[in-house]
Amino acid sequence: MTTVLDPTNEATPATIERSMRPESLAGLTVGLLDISKPRGDVFLDRVEERLSALGSTVKRYKKPTFTKPAPVDLRHLIATECDAVIEALAD
Amino acid sequence: MNPPPLPPGLVAFVKRDCETCKLVDPLLGRLGADEPLTVFTQDDLAFPESLTAIDDLQLEMSWHHGIETVPTLIRVGESGIEEERIVGWSRDQWQAFTGNMELGMTLPEFRPGCGSLSVDPSRSDELNARMGGSGLSTRRVDFAELEDDFEAMYDRGWSDGLPLIPPTEARVMRMLDGTTRAADDVVANVAPDLVDVTVEKIAVNAVMAGCKPEYLPVVIAGIEAICTDEFNIHGLLATTMSVGPVFVVNGPIRNQLEMNSGINVFGQGNRANLTIGRAIQLVVRNVGGGRPGGVDRSTQGNPGKLGLAFPEDEEGTPWISLAEERGFDAGTNAITAFCVEGPRLIVDQLSRTPESLTNSIAQGLVATLSPRMVAGIDALLVLSPEHMARYVDAGWDRARFRSELEERLMVNSDDIIRGTGGIDEGLPAGLEGMQLPKFRPGGLHITHAGGPAGLFSSVFAGWVSGPAGSVPVTKPITP
Repeated sequence: MTTVLDPTNEATPATIERSMRPESLAGLTVGLLDISKPRGDVFLDRVEERLSALGSTVKRYKKPTFTKPAPVDLRHLIATECDAVIEALAD
Repeated sequence: MNPPPLPPGLVAFVKRDCETCKLVDPLLGRLGADEPLTVFTQDDLAFPESLTAIDDLQLEMSWHHGIETVPTLIRVGESGIEEERIVGWSRDQWQAFTGNMELGMTLPEFRPGCGSLSVDPSRSDELNARMGGSGLSTRRVDFAELEDDFEAMYDRGWSDGLPLIPPTEARVMRMLDGTTRAADDVVANVAPDLVDVTVEKIAVNAVMAGCKPEYLPVVIAGIEAICTDEFNIHGLLATTMSVGPVFVVNGPIRNQLEMNSGINVFGQGNRANLTIGRAIQLVVRNVGGGRPGGVDRSTQGNPGKLGLAFPEDEEGTPWISLAEERGFDAGTNAITAFCVEGPRLIVDQLSRTPESLTNSIAQGLVATLSPRMVAGIDALLVLSPEHMARYVDAGWDRARFRSELEERLMVNSDDIIRGTGGIDEGLPAGLEGMQLPKFRPGGLHITHAGGPAGLFSSVFAGWVSGPAGSVPVTKPITP
């Protein structure tokens, strides 16, 4: 029998429960996160129109660059200010 | 672990494959008649012939009691504590040690001993791992009896597609001999899983990649380079662009590791060139969790993503090295990480003046990624020896070449506005009438490598460059 050393990070995947899905977006604050890809704003502008028509309050956010994860502070801000978030991947 | 105790009296360690042990064989039989004597044999239960020896073929007693030479003669007190030891054969020493002044009068005065099997280089790693407790904290994985070792590593998802060397404890300990850093020293935090990677984990992956222990400091420095906010290995993995990390090595270590900066420099054939980069990529895969199809979303990838590190041909040019240009002292061992696509050729077989060749190379560079894209791009230009000779012969240094080249890398925006030339790709309308640099300021990197013949250079074009994407990072290679 061969014994080797584990080359992986030996992590055990953590299970995190998803937030409850809202019945409706009416009256809720919805964050729109632009990841700073070209034309992401085109997509999010349209989404904002539709959400506003549904009665949602829309807040807009933007990552400094699409090449890096959103800064922790930005994620925290969205989590504290919004009931739901939509992230735009676009090109 | 406490070593197994030695019995009181005299204790000897011997092996048959040692002329000095054979020489003292008859004396051992005589000594055993006078006082308690225990003999441990390392290689043959029928040796010595003058008395019955105790089996130490597994070398457990030899290893635990630090036997480096055979024969070794030890005097052990009643409490089991070693009092004194001598090695080899010296008539005076043996006589004084045993108090028997007639001992070995017919033997030569002196014969050196032989190496103990417990310190034989071919066995010591395995023994250290088996007996010493390696001190390594990595989880052990036992393959089942019926598993093929090599298939088992594929099955566990550890491979980049090529076979791996099984990272046994002995091999990992040998790999760790390649660095003075402690095994539990944290080197970096590896994306995308944001896991702290230790020297030990890097060593495990370096074994699998096929590295020699002396490559390990280069691998470690490479990990330090890519796991920086500037280099941004996370973005590099996640992007659909087919880029990967490519490494250039500077300093005397290039030659010490027998890296190849000559013929077929980017290709197959050199262990260090291929396995250093491979080890770094295996760390990203196995520790960072960045796997193709997972966080790695590359549309087409490129063969260099298996791992590519190459040395600059510093001896082949009077120019200062890449590392010196990047602020390091001459002679510093350093590794620079670039986020780039695979190499593409720049062919020019007819230019004989530096001006013509520079014009030609500039056109080749403008076409990288897309001739319709400018600014925000980095590239790594690798001049071949025959192209380099045009500049050296004309007395151009690195700074002259760079400035002449950059002058020729200005692109007229009118030619690349969206829709011009029947091509929708390009700059948005409104940017007409401008002269724009192809590359980010400071984004053109120049190095030197390749075989002695051939009027071909190469360029590795970059990704989103600068602080918004990836910036090349150089780290010193330390022991």
